[in-house]
Amino acid sequence: MLDLSPQDWTAVLLSLRIAVVATIVALPFGIAVAYLLARKSFWGKSLVDAVVHLPLVLPPVVTGYLLLITFGRKAPVGAFLADHFGIVFSFRWTGAALACGIMAFPLMVRAIRLSIEAIDRKLEDAAATLGANRFWNFLTITLPLTLPGIIAGAMLAFARALGEFGATITFVSNIPGETQTISAAIYTLTQVPGGDAAALSLVVVAVIISLAALVASEWFARRAAIRLHGG
Amino acid sequence: MLTVEVDKKLGEFSLNVSFVSESGVTALFGPSGTGKTSIISMVAGLLKPDRGQIVLDEEVLFDGAKGIDVRPWKRHIGTVFQEGRLFPHLSVKHNLDYGRWMSGCAADPKTFAHVVELLDIGHLLDRRPGKLSGGERQRVAFGRALLMRPRLLLLDEPLASLDAARKAEILPYLERLRDDARVPMIYVSHDAAEVKRIANRVVRLDAGRVAATGGVELLDAPFQ
Repeated sequence: MLDLSPQDWTAVLLSLRIAVVATIVALPFGIAVAYLLARKSFWGKSLVDAVVHLPLVLPPVVTGYLLLITFGRKAPVGAFLADHFGIVFSFRWTGAALACGIMAFPLMVRAIRLSIEAIDRKLEDAAATLGANRFWNFLTITLPLTLPGIIAGAMLAFARALGEFGATITFVSNIPGETQTISAAIYTLTQVPGGDAAALSLVVVAVIISLAALVASEWFARRAAIRLHGG
Repeated sequence: MLTVEVDKKLGEFSLNVSFVSESGVTALFGPSGTGKTSIISMVAGLLKPDRGQIVLDEEVLFDGAKGIDVRPWKRHIGTVFQEGRLFPHLSVKHNLDYGRWMSGCAADPKTFAHVVELLDIGHLLDRRPGKLSGGERQRVAFGRALLMRPRLLLLDEPLASLDAARKAEILPYLERLRDDARVPMIYVSHDAAEVKRIANRVVRLDAGRVAATGGVELLDAPFQ
C-alpha cells in the first residue's frame, strides 16, 4: 500500500524537518510571549495578544502573502537579512519553516499561557523566601510546573506545522526537494491524471505521523503530570 | 531583634502595627482577619507596606521614607506557610535542599541529617509532596525553612490546616525545633492553647492594631 516514489519520500522527510525546526525555534518565543501575556501588564498588551492570534483567524493565503512582501528577497526585511546575515527565506525550506512556525504560534502560546496561569503563585513566593531570585525562580519553579502546557503547545504546533499548506505554498511555492511538503505533494498529485494512488500513500503516511505525534504527546503529558503530582 | 512599625491599607481594612520581637518565640495572636498573615508577608518581603520601617538585627529591610525595600530572596528569613507550599515537582529531599541550592552553599550532611532526625522525616526523603499526609507535609516545610539557615523563622499558622489529632502529633516536633534550633521565631496563631506551648512572648492583635504586648498571661484575657 505504501508505494512511495523517491520524490514522495523527500516530501515526507522535508515535512518532518520543517515541522520539527518550526516547533523548536518557535518554542522559546512561545514561552516568552505566553509568560508576558499571562503575568505582565503593559501598554499595548491587547494589541500584542491580537497580533499573536492573527494567523489563527487570517486566511492562510493572506499570511503567506504578508510573509512574501516582508521576507521576500526584494522585500525590506528579507533583503536586510540576506545582505547582513546571509539568511534567505524565499523559496527555501527555511521559509516554509518560518511560515509553519508563524501559523502554529498562536496555538502554542495559548496552551503554554493557560498552563502558566494555572500555577499557584504562592509556590513562587515560597521559593523567593528560600533565596530564589527571579531568574532561578522561573527556571526551577515556573518552568517545570509549566511543562505539561509546553508539551501540549509543542505538540499542537508540530501538528499544525505538519498540516500547513496555504501560507507555505503562497510564500515559498511548491518546489520538489526544497519546499514541497506532504500537503503540497498530495495537492500536486491530485492535480495530475492517475496521481490518486500515489496521493493515497502520502495520505496514509500523514495519518501515521499525526497519530504518532498525538500518542507521543499524550505519553509525555501523562509522565509530566505524574512527575508533578507524585505517582 | 526584629522591629516592625508599618501601615498598610488592604481594601477597606487598614493595618497599623508596631512591635518588637527579641530572641525566643514571639506569638502574633488574635482572631482571624486581624492582619496577622499580612504582617508576616511584609516581614518576609512578599507584601510591601505603605509606609513604616522593618529592621532585623540592625539591617533595614524596609524603610518607606528612604525607599529601601530588600527583595525577599535577599532577606534570609525562613517562612513556614499554613499550607506548607512544598514544591510538587521535587522530592522531599530536593525540597529540603532547595534553600541551600539557591544560596549556593556546599552540602552539609551533618546538619541535614540532624534536622531530618529532629523532625523524623527520614523515611519520606524519596517521596513527592503529593504523597504525604498533612502532618508530614508540615514537618517537611519546617525542615525546609530551617535548612536555609534563616536569621529569623516566620511560622504562619503552620498547624491551622490540621485536625486536632495531627496538631497534637506535630506540636512536640515544633517544641523540639524551638529548643534545638535557637533561631528567633514569629509564630502566628489564633489558638491560645497552641501559643501557650510554643511562645514566650505575645503580641495581641485586634482589628489591625496591637491591642497588648506581654507574656503568655495575655492569652487568658478576653477580647473586648
